[in-house]
Amino acid sequence: MKRLMSGNAALGEAAILSGCTCYFGYPITPQNELTEYMAKRMPESGGVFIQSESEIAAINMVLGASVAGARAMTSSSSPGMSLKQEGISYLAADELPAVIVNMVRGGPGMGNISPAQSDYLQATRGGGHGDYRTIVLAPSSVQELVDIVPLAFDLADAYRNPVIILGDGMLGQMMEPVDFSDIKKPKDYPKDYILTGAENRPSRMVRSLLFDTKEEEEHNWKLYRKFQRIEANEVRCETFMTDDAEIVVVAYGIAARIAKGAIKRLRQENIKAGLLRPITLWPFPSKNIVELARYVNDFFVFEMSTGQMIEDVKLALSGRGHVNFYGRPGGVIPTPIELARIVSRHYYQTQKVKRQ
Amino acid sequence: MLIKTVFSGFGGQGVLSMGFTMANAAMLEGRYVTYLPSYGVEVRGGTANCTVVVSDEEIASPVASEPEFVVAMNQPSFVRFQSILQSGGLLCVNSSLVNTSSARGDIEILAVPTSELAEKLGQIKVANMVMLGAFIKASNIVSFDFLVEHLAEILGEGKSKLIKLNRDALELGYNFIKE
Amino acid sequence: MKKIYTRPASLKEAHFHYCPGCGHGIINRLIAEVIDEMGLRGKAICVAPAGCGMLVYNYFDIDTLESAHGRGAAVATGIKRVRPDNLVFSYQGDGDLAAIGTAEGFHAANRGELITVIFVNNGVYGMTGGQMAPTTLKEQITTTTPSGRNPVSAGHPVRVCEVFSVLDGTSYLERVAVNSPSGIKKTKKAIAKAFQHQINRTGFSLVEILSPCPTNWKMSPIESFRWIDEVMTKQFPLGVIKEVKC
Ligand SMILES: Cc1ncc(C[n+]2csc(CCOP(=O)(O)OP(=O)(O)O)c2C)c(N)n1
Repeated sequence: MKRLMSGNAALGEAAILSGCTCYFGYPITPQNELTEYMAKRMPESGGVFIQSESEIAAINMVLGASVAGARAMTSSSSPGMSLKQEGISYLAADELPAVIVNMVRGGPGMGNISPAQSDYLQATRGGGHGDYRTIVLAPSSVQELVDIVPLAFDLADAYRNPVIILGDGMLGQMMEPVDFSDIKKPKDYPKDYILTGAENRPSRMVRSLLFDTKEEEEHNWKLYRKFQRIEANEVRCETFMTDDAEIVVVAYGIAARIAKGAIKRLRQENIKAGLLRPITLWPFPSKNIVELARYVNDFFVFEMSTGQMIEDVKLALSGRGHVNFYGRPGGVIPTPIELARIVSRHYYQTQKVKRQ
Repeated sequence: MLIKTVFSGFGGQGVLSMGFTMANAAMLEGRYVTYLPSYGVEVRGGTANCTVVVSDEEIASPVASEPEFVVAMNQPSFVRFQSILQSGGLLCVNSSLVNTSSARGDIEILAVPTSELAEKLGQIKVANMVMLGAFIKASNIVSFDFLVEHLAEILGEGKSKLIKLNRDALELGYNFIKE
Repeated sequence: MKKIYTRPASLKEAHFHYCPGCGHGIINRLIAEVIDEMGLRGKAICVAPAGCGMLVYNYFDIDTLESAHGRGAAVATGIKRVRPDNLVFSYQGDGDLAAIGTAEGFHAANRGELITVIFVNNGVYGMTGGQMAPTTLKEQITTTTPSGRNPVSAGHPVRVCEVFSVLDGTSYLERVAVNSPSGIKKTKKAIAKAFQHQINRTGFSLVEILSPCPTNWKMSPIESFRWIDEVMTKQFPLGVIKEVKC
């Protein structure tokens, strides 16, 4: 049965159904509905809920719960994510699974509480100190948010790495019908690294301090090989009307929803536009973009920022095709009409150039 | 068919629950629907608004650039949202509070004195449901009979004592509009 | 022949890296002895800090996690909430607990988390080379207070036990010192008592241990032991600061 739920609340329910037994959070708009949902539902489902004293404390509680063997999650929005970076770096170094949600808002600094996509680089480049990556998942509807949560926990366990769900204020607060019936009971991941007390077995230690540079180097290469495996196996993206497209919009998350609306309008004008929507922002669907570039020359990156993902699109294309950009930073929500006008104008301008 | 409606008014006038009620009804009818509330601080005390999109196919964007319908429960939201209404669109106003003398010429105005009507029920609080009844009659986005029939489910647990009052309010608004 | 002294089972066959006269080695050993004597080796989980105590996982033969600087109490909270039947303790220095990790320690105490903090107060940042710590005494010379700590610009030495004692979540707070045989005995008792409070689920427990740092204090070990008695305990009086019936 479908229920009309906000992205934040739906995410909470999906996490519990995915076997998340620990949630630690600190209030910040626009993700409060998730913390509040967990405050109510966690105790009902026999799990742990703590409103922590800070985002720093929350991520460290996640680390503790994770090293104790639990599926743990925390959530925040942009300013709070900056504080979590220390803990995320330690999670990556210790190879501990965790799911971290960022409902991005306008920034930098305090910014505002409107939806934005300005934390792309922070999320996809590791974000904290050191040589590491986090898996970054970017759903674009409340149902996809629900579907992505069990995946996030599975990827975290399978690769023993932090996974970030990158949403935005709109995805968190908008309501859509959702169905939870596809979430299966989580499978068992053998966890021979967790701390349970050294009862009838040798003691274990989990640490990231490696004074010996050779050892640290080895550890870094080991992580690197893991990240390569993730890049090879875990890329996910969606294409929409790209089969005959002459121009491809690249957008993720809520911006991709807006872009879909724009593309429908452009198609009515007989402009052959299509969409490529990365679902994993890291690993980035570079190959899929290169594949499209075999017959598409015109790419249009659309982001609710001044342009961050565009760097990955350009890296993927390495000089092939034209990469154009349209962005609205600061928490402004662009409309499909607006984007359609921009793309259409660009289309006719380049047509004119071709005719000359 | 894809229909976008903006519900707007003061925080506390129940505009978010108006939108939520309609969105929930549309979902139970088996339609695609998105409900996008306005943000945080705006909700507290100031103006509140939400956008409801109802469609027979997947909804691309939950943002209403040019909505077909606007419901304005107070003067500031009338001013703010009449400007984005589609040409030929319908603007439902709470005529107990809104002066429409500055209305655009290319839109249709439907005036509903919700406060006066709600007072007939002795409950000014349900002015929003009076408006919703009238709006559904005028817009026909969801089936009124379906809404009334499933009201308990739509309003959700915790509102069971208020079902009769809400139904009366919806019907009062619905019947206020002549065919 | 009767064996009267041996390596505790909870300590690995490793040499301590601590400087001569340092208190950390004594404290590590005392913790291991208490864990052995209380039969907790299979249940204990230690959270190590950033600081001189950071390498305790090389010494303790129990499950150990190294946390980020100052976050021990938050990490221990996460572990304990998942594993309420384990003995979970963090091992923290004064910079770790009373400066960068103040919020985490304070709020774990205030929530009454059923964890134990072993708080090593040596009055300086030992590991990074003897800079001022929150517990550095008035006029004490450190590398960042070259003419002595001046409270006007550098604040006053923080009494952690006293601060925590007004929090309703705490159940056992004692200050001890490892500068004499009797002090060492009292320290061991205090650790055992704190663990007992955790096991009995009475509340948050913390043992503050005044610990010599001859290297950074620029004293001989003997001088530093004496300095604890003559100077340090004036600011940090020894004894049980708070004890709720257990
Ligand atoms: C975020 C961060 N800042 C600084 C450091 C460097 N650092 C390592 S240990 C330490 C001080 C430790 O002092 P204390 O907690 O008093 O313990 P002690 O070494 O004296 O036992 C500092 C500042 C760090 N590891 N992490």
